[in-house]
Amino acid sequence: MLGQLIVSGISIGATYALVALAMVIIYKTSEVLNFAQGDMAMLSAFVAYLMLEEQGYGFAVSFTTALAFAFALGAFIEFAFLRRAKEPTLLGLIIITLGLEMVLYGLASWRWGSDQKDFPFPVSDFATHQIGGVIFSELNLVTLAAALGLMLLLFLFFRYTKVGIAMKATQQNLTVARIMGIRVNRILMLTWGISSVVGATAALLIAPTDTLDPNLMWTPQLKGFSAAVLGGMTSLGGAVAGGFILGVIENLFGGYVSVEFKSVVAFAVIVLILCVKPSGLFARHYVRKV
Amino acid sequence: MDMKRDYYEDIRFLDSGFQVFWFIALLAALTVFPFLAGSYLTYTVNLMAINVIVALGLNLLVGYTGQISLGHAGFFAIGAYATLSLMSMAGLPFLLALPLGGLISAAFGFLLGLPALRLEGPYLAIATLGFGLTVTQILGRLHFLGGHMGLQAPPLNILGWEVTSDAGRYAVIMPICVLLTWALRNLTKTRVGRAFVALRDSDIAAECIGVNLTYYKTLAFAVSAFYTGLAGGLMVFVISFINPHTFNIMVSILFLAMVVVGGLGSILGSVMGAILITWLQIELSSITELPWIGPVLEQLSNQFFTVTGLPNVQFVVFGLIMVLIMIFEPLGLYGIWIRTKIYWKTWPF
Repeated sequence: MLGQLIVSGISIGATYALVALAMVIIYKTSEVLNFAQGDMAMLSAFVAYLMLEEQGYGFAVSFTTALAFAFALGAFIEFAFLRRAKEPTLLGLIIITLGLEMVLYGLASWRWGSDQKDFPFPVSDFATHQIGGVIFSELNLVTLAAALGLMLLLFLFFRYTKVGIAMKATQQNLTVARIMGIRVNRILMLTWGISSVVGATAALLIAPTDTLDPNLMWTPQLKGFSAAVLGGMTSLGGAVAGGFILGVIENLFGGYVSVEFKSVVAFAVIVLILCVKPSGLFARHYVRKV
Repeated sequence: MDMKRDYYEDIRFLDSGFQVFWFIALLAALTVFPFLAGSYLTYTVNLMAINVIVALGLNLLVGYTGQISLGHAGFFAIGAYATLSLMSMAGLPFLLALPLGGLISAAFGFLLGLPALRLEGPYLAIATLGFGLTVTQILGRLHFLGGHMGLQAPPLNILGWEVTSDAGRYAVIMPICVLLTWALRNLTKTRVGRAFVALRDSDIAAECIGVNLTYYKTLAFAVSAFYTGLAGGLMVFVISFINPHTFNIMVSILFLAMVVVGGLGSILGSVMGAILITWLQIELSSITELPWIGPVLEQLSNQFFTVTGLPNVQFVVFGLIMVLIMIFEPLGLYGIWIRTKIYWKTWPF
């Protein structure tokens, strides 16, 4: 029982971790809380659906197209909206992303309606394996593997590639990065693109466990946001850890205490943890000078 | 340009004869409005007045005190449920239940203010967001409050006067709205209001000059929640039926949009923002029936989209308006107003 709950918690936590990663990548570079994250990912999942069901392409082509679309969408949003905001405030940027979220939601539900669709996926949620009394579905395993693989890729990318290091430089100090010859605008666009791809991966992994409709990413986005805050908003590792912690806590609470309040326990945990550590678990507390 | 020369000039409610004239004209217009307008228009204005109250309360918190809140639908719900259950279960009269509902909401505001003492930016956003979600989740589980089914509003009876029409409700809501607007305007000019602004600009500096951080931050949350709770209590009678879904996260987002689109830290801005967003919400919900745009959209839907999903166009338009206002005028509608005013004052230069 305990092992089973932890395992499914880790599996759901992996998707939270991906959404959290996507949020943190953007927040670190541009201090934007991207509330459109979830719906950018949702729209990408719908693109995959369009390719699979309506155009009849295979999984490989469809998923690649969806991820490419996600990249283009993220870069476009940065280019067309966020960059155009003059003298933006934190709240102004939040309102812009909330507005974009509405636009994307509206577009998706205009095109596909709000009825629920089955999202085809190469592995099934029902084919299961049993290891030491704990049941894994194949989808769980794929989710976990994809999430961990993507995280590893991201860590390598930020550590060893030139673009990744340029991103870290932009994150630390935009002006200095610009002086050192980094095209900051292009880096920001790339950041949004990459973040969008990470989010879209999460959506592609979440869609087969649920049905595909425009509300698909609403809850995962809130949970991912919570996970990112839990991990400290500026730390990639923290976001991942936050996602897993949140998934496991939520599942244990659902299993042992109350299923009814399973979905809100995440927020209660967040508020409690933030009371003790106001900047999350894994970020250094940052004190602003007067 | 007119300069303020002393403190009393600064806190004076109306500056010039010009302003006195327009203020009286506005009051007169608000008084005769229900006699001239139809029932539906009055209903719309009632909703606007309620949203103005919320926007004022939220602006006190976000614009004046610099605390972000994505959970005001929670206070809205608490005020609504508290007022309703005090009336239907405890049998209190409306005039007592409404302020009590507001105070209960204020008490929750105080409680939310406590963790907010240590949080800022995204951390505060997620904490308040969690609060808003938790309130509706818990309300949905409480069976004596109707659970997910919701509650029916009791008949509104004020000192023997049975209020049944939209105009009657207008007569209740609008004076409260005007009174609260006036009260908030005065609050921002007092010691307390100035302490809030000092907190917003730099809490450490504010503490150094003797502003009690704990007291004023929790006070800001409490006052803001009080306003929102009152608005919730009034909302019950306008829509006459509430359930937890009435107060979903979208409502919180719209409240925040009102304040930011209207203009942070400005009373006039909150009023304009609340009116604009409420109007858009009502107009856009029947977007297909608009002249010109409706048929074009329908044709577009047939070609590229689905006709069943057509009502969702309202989200696209709504979102775009929010985005464009924020991109081109970060100060919101109030910024546009200020620019127009300066343009005419200094014309032809």
